[in-house]
This record gives sequence, C-alpha cells and structure tokens, in this order.
Amino acid sequence: MIFWTLVVDGVVNGAIYALLAIGLVLVFVVTRVILLPQGVYMSFAALTLSQFQRGNVPGTAGLLLALGLAAFVIDLLRSRVTRAWLMRRVASDLALPAIMYALVTWLVPLRPNMAIQIVLTLALITPLGPYLYRLAFQPLEQASVLTLLIASVGVHIALTVLGLVFFGPEGFLANPLSSAHFEAAGIVISGQSAIMVAVSLVIMVLLWLLFDRTLIGKAMRAVAVNRVGARLVGIPISQAGEITFALASFIGAVSGVLIAPVSMVYYDTGFLIGLIGFVAAIIGGMGSYPLAVAGAIFVGLLQSFAAFWNSNYQQVVVFTTLIPILLLRSLRAPAVEEDE
Amino acid sequence: MSAPLLAVDRFSVAYGKVEAVRSVSLEVPAGSVVTVIGANGAGKTTLLNAMMGLLDQAGAISFEGHDLRGTRVEDRVAAGLVLVPERRELFGSLTVEDNLRLGSFRHRRHHQIGAELDKVYALFPRLRERHRQLAGTLSGGERQMLALGRALMSRPRLLMLDEPSLGLAPQIVRESFRIIADLHKSGVSILLIEQNARAALAIADHGYVMEHGEITLQGSAAELAQNPRVVESYLGLGSAR
Ligand SMILES: Nc1ncnc2c1ncn2[C@@H]1O[C@H](COP(=O)(O)OP(=O)(O)OP(=O)(O)O)[C@@H](O)[C@H]1O
Ligand SMILES: [Mg+2]
Repeated sequence: MIFWTLVVDGVVNGAIYALLAIGLVLVFVVTRVILLPQGVYMSFAALTLSQFQRGNVPGTAGLLLALGLAAFVIDLLRSRVTRAWLMRRVASDLALPAIMYALVTWLVPLRPNMAIQIVLTLALITPLGPYLYRLAFQPLEQASVLTLLIASVGVHIALTVLGLVFFGPEGFLANPLSSAHFEAAGIVISGQSAIMVAVSLVIMVLLWLLFDRTLIGKAMRAVAVNRVGARLVGIPISQAGEITFALASFIGAVSGVLIAPVSMVYYDTGFLIGLIGFVAAIIGGMGSYPLAVAGAIFVGLLQSFAAFWNSNYQQVVVFTTLIPILLLRSLRAPAVEEDE
Repeated sequence: MSAPLLAVDRFSVAYGKVEAVRSVSLEVPAGSVVTVIGANGAGKTTLLNAMMGLLDQAGAISFEGHDLRGTRVEDRVAAGLVLVPERRELFGSLTVEDNLRLGSFRHRRHHQIGAELDKVYALFPRLRERHRQLAGTLSGGERQMLALGRALMSRPRLLMLDEPSLGLAPQIVRESFRIIADLHKSGVSILLIEQNARAALAIADHGYVMEHGEITLQGSAAELAQNPRVVESYLGLGSAR
C-alpha cells in the first residue's frame, strides 16, 4: 500500500516537473535560451496567489507595469515606428499592465473567489515572459547559446532579488484547490492531487494540438529546426520568440498555482524545482517533449521513494542518481539535432 | 522596358572586414529572366542572401519602386521577393506537406491554399506521393523539388534561385529548367544563379558576370553567350553548340 501511495506522490510531483521541463524545452528549441527563470514564474505565481488570498496586492502587479513600460521604451528606440506598431505596443505594453494593475488593486481587497484569484494570477504572470524576452533576449537573437545563458542567469538573479523584495523571506501556503478526497483501490487520493495531474495532462494535450495541428504551432517548430528557412518563408522569428516565452510563463504560472496549496513556497523555491525540471529536460536531450515528460515522472518517483527512505537525503539521492544518467546522455546524444 | 521590378544600386556586403560583394548594381525588369554567372566564391550567394535581407548590407535596394532598405526578411517575402537558397534550408523534422504549407505562411488567412498546394503537387507529383514523409529523409533531388515548391507557395513576384540544378541528374536538370521557363511564362520574374552558364544564358533575357565580388560584364544573354571572355571562362572551349 505504501508503495502505491509513494507512486501516486511521485506522479503528482512528476507532473509539475514535467510542466517545467516542457516549458524549458519549448523555449530552448525555439529561441536557444536555457530559461533558468522558468522556476521563478512558478514561485511568483504561487506567492501572488497566496497574497491575493490574504487580501494583499502583490509586488508582481507593479513589476508588470514596470516591465511593460521598459519593453515599450526599448522597442520604441529600436523599431521602425508605424501606426500599427504603436497601436499594438500601446495595447500590449501599456494598456494591458495598467488594466491588470487596476483590476488587481480593485478586486483583491474585495476577496474574490478562488477562480477569480487564479485567473488574475495567470494574467499577471504570463505577460512577464514576453516582456523579459524583448528586454533581455531578443536583442541577443544572433548570439551564441552561452551568451544567452549568461543573460538568462542575469535575469534569474534579478527576478530572485525582486521576489525577496516583493514577498519577503517567509514561505506561504495557499488554500487547497479542492478539499475532496477519494479512494481508489485502497489508496486515498486528494482532489488536489487529481487536479494537479489532470491540469498537467490538459496542458500537454493542448500543446500537442498547437504544435501538431495548427500552422502557427508548425511555424514555431520550423523556427526551432531551421531559423534561416523560417525567415525565408516569412515567419517573424522574434514574434515566435515572444509567443514561446508567453507559453513558458503561462505554463510556469499554472504550475505555481498547482503547487501553491501543497507546498510551502518561498521566493526562491522555484529555483530548486526548476533545476529538477531542467534535469528532466536534459534527460530528454533538451529536444524531446515525451522524453522530458518521462524524465520528469522518473525524477518525481525517485524523489518520492528517496523521501520515504530518508527525507534528509532526498535531494542528494535524486541528484546523485541522475549524474550517471546525464553523463550517459551527454555521451550518447548531441544536445539538439541541427538541420543539415 | 518599364521601371524595373527589382533594382539594386551600389550594393556592398561584408563578412567582418572582408567585402564579399562590392558596389554591385543590378536590375531585374518585370517579366524577365536575369542570370548572374561567376566562378566559385565570386559572391553570388552572398548577393542573393543580402538582397533577401539575411545579411547586413550597404547600398540601395528597391522592389516595385518601394525602398527595401532596413526592412526585415518577412517584409520582403510579403512583398513577393522569394529565395530558394543554395542550402535549401528545409524543415527536416516536418513533413513535406507541412514544409509546403509553411511556404504560404504569409498568406495563411487566404482560402486558396489548398488549390495552390494542388498546383505544386501537379508540378512535382513525386512530392504528392511523399507528402507525409519527413523532409529530412528526402533524396537530394526531391529536396530540390520541395525547396522550389515551398518557394512557389510563397507566391513569388520575383523568384531568386541559387543554383537550382545543384546535384541533380541531367534529366532532372532539363526538367527543372523547363519548370523555370513555365513559371516565367506564368508571369513570375526570375533571378537565376547557375553553375551551368550555358543553360542559364539560354533561358535568360539578360545576364551579369560577377568576379571577386564585382560585376565585370553585363549584357543581353545572347551577347554574353558570344562574348569571348565569357565563352572562355564560363562556357568552356570547344563546347560551342
Ligand atoms: N559566412 C561567411 N563568413 C565569411 N566569409 C564568407 C561567408 N560566406 C561566404 N564567405 C566568403 O565570401 C565569398 C563569396 O561567397 P559566396 O558564397 O557568395 O560565393 P558564390 O559566388 O555563391 O560561390 P559558389 O559558386 O561556390 O556558390 C567567398 O570567398 C566565401 O568564402
Ligand atoms: Mg553560391
């Protein structure tokens, strides 16, 4: 019985790691950025939700305003300003954050219900991705993976510091998404766990539909496999980057909402969880979604059994078990398949 | 002839400090086939890539009277300037049909894309047979077909072809030249780069000779085919028809 309980635990954690891993793979194949802050989106979302539940306006609302403005100004200096451009950017960079800020400051003290809190959280965190892309990564579009990684480290540190400023050093736990419990074959499964796995599955299916069934999704894959070819058929590379970053921050925000009620989240919690997601992504060679998901579930299981065996050594066991696997991967497979 | 479809004026392109294209001026009149011939490393591919917007460039370029300086590749594609690049740049892990559909990315909101796909398949029945195969697993010749088909899906007004016969069997080369001639008849203007200068001059109205990054000769295709320097360097001695 214990065995199956541990398996359920492992799968539930694995589902969260899988979401993070998918976000990382997605961003890497399209933009070649190793997105360390992927875990920060998660912390930010979880803490934002907790703040909402305490009736506070979180610092992320102000961050949205600031990043939107910064992205607008940077683009203004860099682009050919046309009317269409101005309309679009005023809407996406100035109006959207302003509306979100107003909405949050108005609604949150009124203590809206859980559904509204979640929608607000997702709407607050998701736009951070595209803004960060435009501020930090788009100017480096032609740069090497290493340069992009350095930029990524910079963004990660900046966001982590902001997280400390916004939320302080304490951890927060949000209210559960569901208080139901049900029993299957003698194992008790909480409604929260079921929601976590179900939502992760839905997101994976939606992503699969996007990339397999729509021309926009295929255009993003095209950017991933051959950037020159993508440009030659007229796919705007930077827009593909923006969409990818938006997807990643959305996925990060969802994972934050899912994890907020089950685990105490601190401003820097996302880093460790993001690291595990990163390990899972590498098990998948940073290029394969199914392998990344399998890797994530595997890490989740490993962790849950290690925690049962000795919770102090949980992370040690996880990371030491992974070293040989990662070594093997790095010997066997090139990081990404390059076209031609 | 009327105003040129494409005009390039004192165009220069450098890789770092090395200037690969130096002050090249060139025109493609609407409805014509223009060819650029030159030895390996003369700068032909560099010229085309820069005209497409893939490389930074100095000098003027206009298309249908619109200034293209500073515009992005996607804007040039939208205007009807389409390149089949030397390295083809297909999407290897996508299917043949997805590659073709992505060719029409700029026109994705139109409804005739199915009809255009059928036209390309009619031109290259081999691609229809293999429409679900991954582009990366096609044979060399099939890849050329796919590259050309994908370019056609972009609705070119000026199609720039960088060595379309590269690595093809003679029979397929003849076939591809026939297709180029047909395209031309259907109203597409063409800028052609070819190692096979004889075939290129036979199909072209006008030609330019490029050496070490500069245009050293130009004239009607018929004139160039008679020019002793061209005959000696590019058509080969003793191979007169
Ligand atoms: N990315 C690059 N970096 C540096 N030099 C380059 C680069 N690409 C091309 N060159 C150089 O620029 C010159 C022109 O190259 P280009 O490919 O334009 O020649 P080409 O006329 O197309 O030749 P070919 O007939 O062999 O295709 C060559 O000397 C080449 O080595
Ligand atoms: Mg060349």
